[in-house]
Amino acid sequence: MSEEGPKIGVYVCHCGTNIAGVVDVEDVTRYVATLPNVVVAKNYLYMCSAPAQAMIKEDVEKHRLNRVVVASCSPRMHELTFRKVCEESGLNPYLFEMANIREQVAWVHVSEPKKATRKAKDLIRMSVARARLLEPLQKREVNVTRRALIVGAGISGMRAALDLAQRGFDVYLIEKAPYVGGRMAQLDRLYPTGEYALDVLKPLMKAVASHSKIHLLTNSEISTVDGYIGNFRTKIAIKPRYVTEKCDACGKCEIICPIEVPNEFDYGLSKRKAIYIPLPDAMSKTYLIDLENCTRCGKCIEICENRAIDVEQQPQEIEVDVGTIIVAIGHDLYDLPEGEYGYRKYKNVITMPQLERLLDKSDKTNGELLSGFTPKSVTFISCVGVRQEPGIYKPIKEGQHFNRYCSRVCCTATLKNALEIKRRYPDARVCYLYRDIRTFGRGHEDYYRKAGESGVLFIRYEAEEPPVLSNNPKGMHVTVRDALSGETLAIPADLVVLSVGMVPRIDASDIQTKLKIAKSVDGFFQEAHAKLRPLDTPSDGIYLAGTAQGPKDITDSAAMGSAAAAKAAIPLAKGKVELEPIVAYVDLARCDGCAMCVEPCTFKAISIAEYEDKGAIKKRAIVNDALCKGCGACAATCPPKCIYVKHFTLDQISAMINAALMD
Amino acid sequence: MKNRDYIEGGLMQEGEFEPLIIAFCCNWCAYAGADLAGTSRISYPTNVRIIRLMCSGMVHPALVMDALMKGGDGILIAGCHPGDCHYTDGNLKTERRVEALTVMMEDMGIERERLRLEWVSSGEGEKFARVVHEMTEQIKKLGPNLFKLG
Repeated sequence: MSEEGPKIGVYVCHCGTNIAGVVDVEDVTRYVATLPNVVVAKNYLYMCSAPAQAMIKEDVEKHRLNRVVVASCSPRMHELTFRKVCEESGLNPYLFEMANIREQVAWVHVSEPKKATRKAKDLIRMSVARARLLEPLQKREVNVTRRALIVGAGISGMRAALDLAQRGFDVYLIEKAPYVGGRMAQLDRLYPTGEYALDVLKPLMKAVASHSKIHLLTNSEISTVDGYIGNFRTKIAIKPRYVTEKCDACGKCEIICPIEVPNEFDYGLSKRKAIYIPLPDAMSKTYLIDLENCTRCGKCIEICENRAIDVEQQPQEIEVDVGTIIVAIGHDLYDLPEGEYGYRKYKNVITMPQLERLLDKSDKTNGELLSGFTPKSVTFISCVGVRQEPGIYKPIKEGQHFNRYCSRVCCTATLKNALEIKRRYPDARVCYLYRDIRTFGRGHEDYYRKAGESGVLFIRYEAEEPPVLSNNPKGMHVTVRDALSGETLAIPADLVVLSVGMVPRIDASDIQTKLKIAKSVDGFFQEAHAKLRPLDTPSDGIYLAGTAQGPKDITDSAAMGSAAAAKAAIPLAKGKVELEPIVAYVDLARCDGCAMCVEPCTFKAISIAEYEDKGAIKKRAIVNDALCKGCGACAATCPPKCIYVKHFTLDQISAMINAALMD
Repeated sequence: MKNRDYIEGGLMQEGEFEPLIIAFCCNWCAYAGADLAGTSRISYPTNVRIIRLMCSGMVHPALVMDALMKGGDGILIAGCHPGDCHYTDGNLKTERRVEALTVMMEDMGIERERLRLEWVSSGEGEKFARVVHEMTEQIKKLGPNLFKLG
């Protein structure tokens, strides 16, 4: 700072009428001009515009300003913009301060213009008080580890991995399940083309397994993540398969295994053994032991001619340093509480994912869809487990969480399957009980039209009166009030298919804590900004792809995977990343080495150094810049207040408090 | 001199007390939540003055006492929900500090309602507005903070 003391330029933005329509910007400007150290006080239509930026630069030069304050939108919007302007005019970018008089004044106090104007003056006075005490700071530049980590190998994760690998970057693609392909691998045929899901997946699965730049780890998950953009240090836990490469998939072990458990790949519709092949169509068929359910009877070990079974295999943990991370963990399906729509209560009530499994298996075996009978009446019910409004949806169990969102994909998927049922059983009556039909994408509307043409019966129900299933000796019935005719219908149904919505994965909270990313109110991960930053998370260097961010179909998941890869590639391509200089700093003259700051530091960035001075041992706190995140826990603990976070010093905050409360 | 003792700006009508609430908001969650209230055009009372910090854990207890001594009628500390803190557990430290501060305030005869800790995520614009409404109403009933120096 120059010997002249602070010379502050304050600029009040109209933001068109966004601010000026509520706040009296002229009055504010006049007031600001009276504040001590304010040399320039102006207002302008759009401070972020090119002429306004030029005006700031001109004023900095003409009036030799050494601080700039802009009162406009949120710093989260334009702080970087204005810091750059300062830099370009020769001023250190950290000598810039912003007052938020749009999102936090004009837009929230629309009906109180006088009070809003007063509040704007207060906030600018607070910003000027802080600006007086700002110090120039230098950004730190660090190298970026040119490698990406992708969590989840479903369609979006695989797409992201391939895109990054094709750009020449090293990729670690980790997948919790023992196979890749995610939820898509559990589907039969896809809309709008009718292609088999696995036909579409196989080339991708092959590519991720064989690409030289992709390190694929299945049966693996994240243990810990430390660090920051460009320098994430991750630990990955790899679960053992207990079967070695000597396995030739002869299948004798599976036959002899005495343990049977529900098959999660088929959503519980079938059973599997404790030693099994997780994805029946996997290109590399290797068996895997589910050790939790295995009784260690040893029969499989005895019968294996290749001696490929090794129950002594240990879990491994590897450390992988990466520059960016993509979260593509996918979704779960709504698990109906018992009794809702007769699920797990009546026979032949299944979910649509379960129907996909039946369709897929019967396709492959040329077998019947359902063993033992030909359905004469199939009823689909949509919006199950989603669009649950408090006050309208009647919860089934205590403390049930309400999913208020729409799951987006089910309408078209239900129509596709209704048509498929009609195709297999032309004489069957197929009813579709819907609340709305949302066939938004390319080719989707055609399914709606074709379903109508092929005789699918559409019955609209209101949220207040959902269909009710009942069972009597004559058979299962679905009772529903047709909202369009007003009549109540009792539909005999020998197969009911529930279109359940997507819900966040049960382990999403675990990933959330490990990566420190936010969830939105619906439980899926929150993007940084719905329109401008739909792939970023608030944590730099961590991106979202696929249904982890919210319900979407395969088209959109694949697109998002590519988009996330493009974003994740930016820091990797640059090779360097600038870190904010917002780190803790010790005033060594006042520190007495009491060490109260050491323990609160989560990142272990503070240590105590001892040295000798005039025969006495002295102690001082020392901050490790590389580890310090600038959280301020130390600053808030220090009794003499001599450790502080640069750019958020206790003096600066105190000055803002004073300015808020005093004139 | 208190900046609220004027009539000209319309802030204080004859006999009507308008509290002044200092809100410490963390950059990652609460401040973003307050911004969301703005983008969603949700109205709330004009009584709050937001100070942006990187973490709610940055709030030194001395700053809270400072604000109360200087005549702040209410202090709101808004941070990330537990488990969501950008710095892992800064907000948990804040929680413990607020507990200690509340005890101290009561010993000094300052009503505990004048200090409020809230978890506001970046998606909770509505919650931020609701908290400001509630706190403003509550402190209006308590009256001005009489505990100030000079």
